[in-house]
Amino acid sequence: MTNSILFLLIFFLGAIAWFFGRVKATRFVKSNTKKGGVHSLPNYHGWYVALWAIGPALLFLLIWSAVSPALITDAALVSPAAEQLPADPFARGAILAEARSIASGHQVRAFNPLSQSMVEPYRAALSYYRMLGMITALLLVFSCGAFAWLKLKPELRARTKIERITMMALLLASLIATITTVGIFASLIFESARFFSMVSPIDFLFGTEWNPKAVAGPRGETGFGAIPLFWGTVFIGAIIAMIVAIPLGLMSAIYLTQYAAPKFRAWMKPILEVLAGVPTVVYGYFAALTVAPALRDFAVSIGLSGASSESALAAGVVMGIMIIPFVSSMADDSIAAVPSAMRDGSLAMGATKSETIKKVLIPAALPGVVGGVLLAVSRAIGETMIVVMAAGLAANMTANPFSSVTTVTTQIVQLLTGDQEFDSPKTLAAFALGLVLFIVTLLLNLIALRVVKKYREAYE
Amino acid sequence: MNSTTAIEKDRNPTDWQGDVMQKRIRRRYASERRFKYLGLGAIILSAGFLAFLLIVMVGNGFRGFTQTELPVDIDFPAMTGGASASQFEGVNGQANLRTLGVKDIVNTSVEIQYGEDGRELFSSGAWQGVSAAILANPKIVETKTIIYMPANSEIDVAYKGDGTAEAEKKVAELGDQLSTAFNWNFLYNSDATDPMQVGIWGALKGSLITMFITLIIAFPIGVLSALYLEEYAPTNRLTDLIEVSINNLAAVPSIIFGLLGLAVFLNLFGMPRSAALVGGLTLALMTMPVIVISGRNAVKAVPPSIREAALGIGASQMQVVFHHVLPLALPGILTGTIIGMARALGETAPLLMIGMRAFIATPPSGIAEPATVLPVQIFLWSDEVNRGFVEKTSAAIIVLLLFLLTMNALAIYLRNRFETRW
Repeated sequence: MTNSILFLLIFFLGAIAWFFGRVKATRFVKSNTKKGGVHSLPNYHGWYVALWAIGPALLFLLIWSAVSPALITDAALVSPAAEQLPADPFARGAILAEARSIASGHQVRAFNPLSQSMVEPYRAALSYYRMLGMITALLLVFSCGAFAWLKLKPELRARTKIERITMMALLLASLIATITTVGIFASLIFESARFFSMVSPIDFLFGTEWNPKAVAGPRGETGFGAIPLFWGTVFIGAIIAMIVAIPLGLMSAIYLTQYAAPKFRAWMKPILEVLAGVPTVVYGYFAALTVAPALRDFAVSIGLSGASSESALAAGVVMGIMIIPFVSSMADDSIAAVPSAMRDGSLAMGATKSETIKKVLIPAALPGVVGGVLLAVSRAIGETMIVVMAAGLAANMTANPFSSVTTVTTQIVQLLTGDQEFDSPKTLAAFALGLVLFIVTLLLNLIALRVVKKYREAYE
Repeated sequence: MNSTTAIEKDRNPTDWQGDVMQKRIRRRYASERRFKYLGLGAIILSAGFLAFLLIVMVGNGFRGFTQTELPVDIDFPAMTGGASASQFEGVNGQANLRTLGVKDIVNTSVEIQYGEDGRELFSSGAWQGVSAAILANPKIVETKTIIYMPANSEIDVAYKGDGTAEAEKKVAELGDQLSTAFNWNFLYNSDATDPMQVGIWGALKGSLITMFITLIIAFPIGVLSALYLEEYAPTNRLTDLIEVSINNLAAVPSIIFGLLGLAVFLNLFGMPRSAALVGGLTLALMTMPVIVISGRNAVKAVPPSIREAALGIGASQMQVVFHHVLPLALPGILTGTIIGMARALGETAPLLMIGMRAFIATPPSGIAEPATVLPVQIFLWSDEVNRGFVEKTSAAIIVLLLFLLTMNALAIYLRNRFETRW
């Protein structure tokens, strides 16, 4: 709580600094009207002082939050109570961590009496360093603010300086996307490397038995063969979902662009897009509650064996429905990109509309449509909630759509929820699966974008 | 056949009116019609799926907003030994109520009226409703009153027409005593083990806090990057790298962001598990690319003449962008932001990764408190065995869809109202 008050206080002081800077600069403008020698508007002077006041203090607090825990621990360790601590670094660390969380109010009672004895020294050190940090930060606000205020003069290029800082902020903001990408890559690769030091990559990528629960020993694990998962993912996301989504999406796009009256189109297009806006957890619930039991009953009634209440078909069909607007809008774009001369030529030769569509438009738009389908596949295989709720957990290698299969995303959720120990191959396997998923979706996207781009260029 | 040869002189002209040709034309037109109806069918089928989904959810969920109640006669003066209404007014009301032992009073009254096993007819937390009623209107402790309390989940489901045979029998026994009322608990409570006591307020509050964090992080970063990339970025390697990463991030499966949040925010930075703060950060990373992409389009749509005019009267590059381009592009950026936020609001998978799937029975009071969000709550309830949760899940879905609908409607309104086409 004190932290947020400190931040509010710093920003409040910053606002005051802005005001004082502005007042001083306004006076320059008034006294300098004849010479005309004020470089920047008063606002920029205000910002100049305010940034000087807040910037260093915030920077200090950032560094302080990284440094102070070590200082606090050191201070607590000099106390007499620390002499009873065990020498073993692990036990010591656990006790210190417990004492720290009690002292900072996250925990109420200690399980270890030793930690209870450490709480008081900890609390003292904590409040001492917290106070020290606060006072230094406030001193920084005042001194830097005053320094900047004293530096204000008519010829100060405040605007240029502020703009340079803004520019840096802009660049930093855009770098965050890159940092995130690097972060995803780094964390996935780092954790996967730990996994592959326990389980051989060959076993993982080409093994056909997936049963992480059966894994016992720390070395020589089996049961991490991911082929059944890959098959399940492809079966649901790339086969069943696409069998639903491609015809429906493509035909909807054709009807809406070629046949529909403008009014019908204006109504139907947003309605189709609602399908893409429904949260996936809703689709998952729909699949599990309504679609899956219906499909199972159907399978039983026609006498199919191996029908399960969690079927690949239920998940795939519902996922296909979710993907329809995606395929439809990609197809819409590619058909619209075909030059109208080709269409007009075909119609002028006496071909009917459907003949033009089937023999001229679709072949011409095919690369774009294929690119769109690839993007749709990449979305479908990364989709999580529908398969978690409707596809089941049994790692079957089967082509029977009524039986239960499992997917990469389902298993990631399965491995990472429930009790976690962060070093077990079970948890790390989730990151290895994530890495595979990330690479595959990335490749699909790159290929799809390249195909679409090539195709656009062909007609431009 | 060689196309350069002269046309054969003795070839008969095509007889368009003849039977063969007419038949052929009819066939072609029929195929044309078939194709057209196929397209119409595809659209109607897709829209039909949507309608079916909505009807199923609303049909199930509507009942989640109601509850089945049974009347109980409570003779307060006899039970309490003459407590006065003033005891339960003001600050000490809560404490005095606790010493009163409402639970026992209710249980005794129920046993008098419905026999030994009467308590099993009611929801386990039903007595809390009586406490609330006393606090709301202390006068009732001085009289003999009839209070309507929620029945247990089996009876509730059966009375709504979907229960087990056993519960149906009980419903028949109770007959006219059962009545239906609006389930206020559902709007005020949080997660619970008894479906009659669950509510969405906890999850809704968690969602609101999470969305707030997502917004204050993703919006400034998204807008600043969009401005940088459209207005300032030089063509060099770095810019290419930034563009490629933004486009990639927009296509990365959401669960991968969850893995990132788990590895970086939880394990590396040691942030608290299942807190709205971590959820908001993770969703912000996911939403940011959406805002950047829509923001760039909005900035691109501002005509160059605006920039030139501003530059012409002596504005600096920065002033042009922040005083002229940004305000003009803002409606477009806001539309994109709302759409991105709507996506984040419905997102479940990344939040499961960072542990937001715990059973949380109190609404979160801060950003570092354990919280849950609407879609995760839906997921958790959908896993429950108790049949009473089916309608609660659907009711929560209705609430979620209403929020999404409002956000999208707002986006459309903003686009139509403020977006200028040059």
